[in-house]
Amino acid sequence: MSDLPIDIFTIIDLIIMSMLLVVGIALVRLNNLFAVVMLYGVYSLLAAIWFVSLDAVDVAFTEAAVGAGISTVLMLGAMLLTSREADPTPVLRRWTSFLIVAATGAALFYATLDMPSFGDAASPANSYVGLQYMHHTISEIGMPNVVTAVLASYRGYDTFGETVVVLTAGLGVMLILGIGVSGGQAAPSAPEVQSKTAKKSKDVSVKSTENHHIVLQVIAKMLIPIIVLYALYVQFHGDFGPGGGFQAGVILASAVILYSLIFGMEETRRAIPPRFVQIGTALGVLIYGGTGIVTLALGGKFLDYNVLNAHDPVHGQHLGIMFVEIGVLVTVASVMLAIYYGFAARYRELKDQDW
Amino acid sequence: MIEWAPILEVLRHGTAGAFMLVGALFMLIGSSGVLRLPDFYTRIHAAGITDTLATVLLLAGMMIEAGFTQTSAKLALVGIFLFLTSPTATHAVANAAHKAGLKPRLGTVEPPHPRDVDLNEEKS
Amino acid sequence: MIFVVTLMMTVAMAMMLARLLRGPELYDRVLAVNSFGTKTVLFLCLFSFLIDRPDGIDIAILYSLMNFIGTIAILKFFRYRSLDIALAQMALRRAVSGDYE
Repeated sequence: MSDLPIDIFTIIDLIIMSMLLVVGIALVRLNNLFAVVMLYGVYSLLAAIWFVSLDAVDVAFTEAAVGAGISTVLMLGAMLLTSREADPTPVLRRWTSFLIVAATGAALFYATLDMPSFGDAASPANSYVGLQYMHHTISEIGMPNVVTAVLASYRGYDTFGETVVVLTAGLGVMLILGIGVSGGQAAPSAPEVQSKTAKKSKDVSVKSTENHHIVLQVIAKMLIPIIVLYALYVQFHGDFGPGGGFQAGVILASAVILYSLIFGMEETRRAIPPRFVQIGTALGVLIYGGTGIVTLALGGKFLDYNVLNAHDPVHGQHLGIMFVEIGVLVTVASVMLAIYYGFAARYRELKDQDW
Repeated sequence: MIEWAPILEVLRHGTAGAFMLVGALFMLIGSSGVLRLPDFYTRIHAAGITDTLATVLLLAGMMIEAGFTQTSAKLALVGIFLFLTSPTATHAVANAAHKAGLKPRLGTVEPPHPRDVDLNEEKS
Repeated sequence: MIFVVTLMMTVAMAMMLARLLRGPELYDRVLAVNSFGTKTVLFLCLFSFLIDRPDGIDIAILYSLMNFIGTIAILKFFRYRSLDIALAQMALRRAVSGDYE
């Protein structure tokens, strides 16, 4: 299949891009928020294909992990907290914003003229440090997937910063929405919560159990372990193929979210207490930073994994990357769950007529 | 003496291609059904073709094409997962629509909706 | 051959997209989204064959698992207006602690 002309990829790219365009326009035009949430899912699917076509498999993997499952759920959660209606925007403001957006878009289009063409060997991204990383990864780190090597080792500082950013986002959501544990006022005791839930959702809850969502129950029970297993595969296979801590964390959180969708929040809080989630958000960053401190203590530089194994620097790199990725996994999974718990904790206060 | 290996190779590619083409054909049929059929419950049937038959045929074609490799194993995993999730999701959609009281558009006979039937009366 | 099949797949995806945009009921849209997801999974498989990079199949596996979650979430949310309540109960838990209600 390698002797196919390059032309056919252009055709597929054009089809995918035109579908992206249609979805984008529809996203702006549609009024139904449910349809918008679904269209976002489709947009992410198309974007993932587009990234694969650009040979950015790791990016596509992240898009796939975030776009289809978690972002839909979180957007639905956000939908519940917004009002269903909005005042129409005044005409003047609409035109002003249109002009600003159009000007920005035109400027961006103009800027693309200066960009190197796709895959240009002389482009800045491909010639200076990028080229060095490509040359030295095999001898210095010994990993087939250069993306993981760059992300966790060469650019370890940047990834540390990203992990802290994820933690900060989680902290922000927890501060604003809470997480469902005692935050100032005493946590409601278990029977109280149960009676509250039962009271609020008397008809729905009872009816739903009578309705026998047995198919969902069985399939979810089969799927959840598989998803967790796949998350671990993504985590530890990141050295060889696409994947790593960020993606694995999101997939792990998706498994928990599927559990809570089918078996309810009460059950999920029992399985994974919000306290664990709270601890996990900080623990991951601690593991990441701790790896750096250990390398300092062993006489190297911060996040210089060569010193982790005195005899074999390449093995030291492998160890360091593994620890760092575990830190990322813990933080990302916990933050995703914290946001989900935050949204879920709000639902009790809402009544049907508020929506 | 006939050299069997190249003949089998050609046969393999041919079989794989045939599987994939038929699968894609079913995919198109099902998709046009989803697009053109008149109401939700009929569209589910069309979507069912694409989610089961076409998917299995396409994946089988790709597995034959890939041969006995890791790629084949991964494709088999895709097949198993799709086989688990896709009909379940379709079931969930149909179930939700039915529970919410969405009525089929076709048909002149109108049986009472299950929502309105008294279950106790039916049992006795 | 694979290219022709991939093209047919994009046509099928476009049809699903049209149903998603038109679909009068929410359920039509959900059906279309779910079907679109299945097609994307297959498209990714075919496409990674086309570019000879089996990495794309990993993404396909991931999507085949994740697509389900979004569909269930939308349906549950539309019906119960909450992500909180249980659709089913762990049989073991009910046996141990008595009936939920």
